[in-house]
Amino acid sequence: MISLRLVSKQWEEFEIRNVSLDIPDGEFFVILGPTGAGKTLLLEIVGGFHYPSSGNIIIKGKDVTNAPPQKRGAGFVYQDYCLFPHMDVFQNIAYGLKARKQGFSVIKDKVNTTAELIGLKELLHRDVETLSGGEKQRVAIARAIIIDPDILLFDEPLGALDARTRDTLLSEIKKLHNETKITTLYVTHNQTEAFMLADRIAVMQKGEIVQVGTPEEIFRNPKSEFVAKFVGVENLYHGVAKISGDICEIDVNGVNFYSSNKHEGNVSASIRPEDIIISPEKFKSSARNVLEGKIKEIRDQGTLIRVCVDCGINVVSYITRQSFMDMQLNIGAKVYLVIKAQNVNLF
Amino acid sequence: MPNTSRFKLARYDPLILFFSIMGAFAIVFIFLPIVIMYITLDTNAFSKTLGNKEVWDGIFLSVSTAAVATVIAIIFGVPLAYVIARKEFPGKSVIQGIIDLPIVVPHTVAGIALLTVFGRHGIIGAPLYEFNVRFVDAVPGIIVAMLFVSAPLLINSAREGFEAVNPKLENVALSLGASRRRMFFTISLPLCLRPIITGAVMSWARAISEFGAIIILVWFPKIATVVIYEAFLHEGIYSSKSIAVLLLTVCLVIFISLRMIIKHTNVKKTHRYHTPGNNRDNL
Repeated sequence: MISLRLVSKQWEEFEIRNVSLDIPDGEFFVILGPTGAGKTLLLEIVGGFHYPSSGNIIIKGKDVTNAPPQKRGAGFVYQDYCLFPHMDVFQNIAYGLKARKQGFSVIKDKVNTTAELIGLKELLHRDVETLSGGEKQRVAIARAIIIDPDILLFDEPLGALDARTRDTLLSEIKKLHNETKITTLYVTHNQTEAFMLADRIAVMQKGEIVQVGTPEEIFRNPKSEFVAKFVGVENLYHGVAKISGDICEIDVNGVNFYSSNKHEGNVSASIRPEDIIISPEKFKSSARNVLEGKIKEIRDQGTLIRVCVDCGINVVSYITRQSFMDMQLNIGAKVYLVIKAQNVNLF
Repeated sequence: MPNTSRFKLARYDPLILFFSIMGAFAIVFIFLPIVIMYITLDTNAFSKTLGNKEVWDGIFLSVSTAAVATVIAIIFGVPLAYVIARKEFPGKSVIQGIIDLPIVVPHTVAGIALLTVFGRHGIIGAPLYEFNVRFVDAVPGIIVAMLFVSAPLLINSAREGFEAVNPKLENVALSLGASRRRMFFTISLPLCLRPIITGAVMSWARAISEFGAIIILVWFPKIATVVIYEAFLHEGIYSSKSIAVLLLTVCLVIFISLRMIIKHTNVKKTHRYHTPGNNRDNL
């Protein structure tokens, strides 16, 4: 269990304010936020490279607020790998064991086992400068986990990698966590990474935690406009809500929505594009919202097609290439949008 | 279209071409006097110099005292360089200014300042005199003067070296359980070895070349530069030139072999964290 209690710190142009978090053993916890939100500073405070100006850090029941980094049992993985350039792969991975004064045969065994786990077996005697980005990051991860850390700290570990390597490493990190169950604190500005890896996510804005929840909660029910915009909700509206029976009716510039969230008065509403069904004909559905509109814009985004429909307000939806072809949609065409009330999120 | 020489010429950057011509004058200015000194050497005078024990004693004294001064500079200068490179503290720029002071102080002024402190009645010289340690007209005086003028070269080179070592590497080492001491000796120091060695060689060479500060404190025993100066005063340019050539040759041999050793030993280039350098291969 890692606990942060009202941790504050200002360092250069970065600041964190009254951050409190509880991360249970074995959890994969992601801190998501834009550049400059103070995510790395928070991570380095947990790692012990900075000391907080106020607040406490508790790791496994011990208050480590003023403990030096070498006493915290926290493995650290940086975005730019930070391999020791004057050592080969083997020596890099073995560093933590040598620092613990382990015997050579123990070190050799453990390095081999770890290298096998991470897929580095063939590279052990390579010079680190000759490795690719993905290989370097594997070495950095191997080096961190070989010491059996109580916590693993990742600082944007996939940020410097190309898209394909990122995808492979992403699933490997997930797999590694499932196997080792090391409590993990992972910092990123990438929503996809956060969504795929996290047991829980904390969204950080200007040094403060603005929302904590499961990926589902964060992505489906953002509690503020900032979170909604940051996690990529394109359909964001302001309207007036009133509850009628077991449903809530929201008036957005004359267009009516129904939501299963219950709010009264001025509200913001968000709808995720992938929760909107497009149909050229009106069809029977249990969904409460059926809007009629004209296609205003079609943008090919590779795997998905982004369609913007004018229903009095602009609504964005993503559909697959296949259904786009099937429906033969064109700009100006009349379509119906079908949205379930539970997918209209109010805050 | 054939690749005519006219087009080939257009590949060259005229600015770089102009700057290179200007730069060539600087190189000639530095190198010409040294080459001419070798060319106009009187071989008879030179062979006489080779058999002169006083000359060899002076050269040996210069080379060895400079080496001692450099070792002392390493022992005290490297820790100082690390602190300056890593920590922000009030008065840091003042400390940096003090380190650079010997570079701007005229050497005779430095000699007089040192004599005031290390002389028979000086604040350091007087108590040490009680223990029979003398600085005036004694080897310790030579070392003190050499250390004063040469230490900044080593300290600055080591500081720049430590600044180029990514502090995140040190963070990682600590997080892996290394003590601060272990971190320094396995990460920071090995990655800074090249700038420290380069700084030490520069500092050693600077110490050998010192004259002004030393003669204020020590005339006897005579270091090489004093032997040359004396020969110039008493016997003139020809005699002093052959000693000068000898000293220069000895220094160049040591200097070049040290550079070769640095180049061929497995001392890695300092790892810069803002890497890739851009290679301009035009011209």
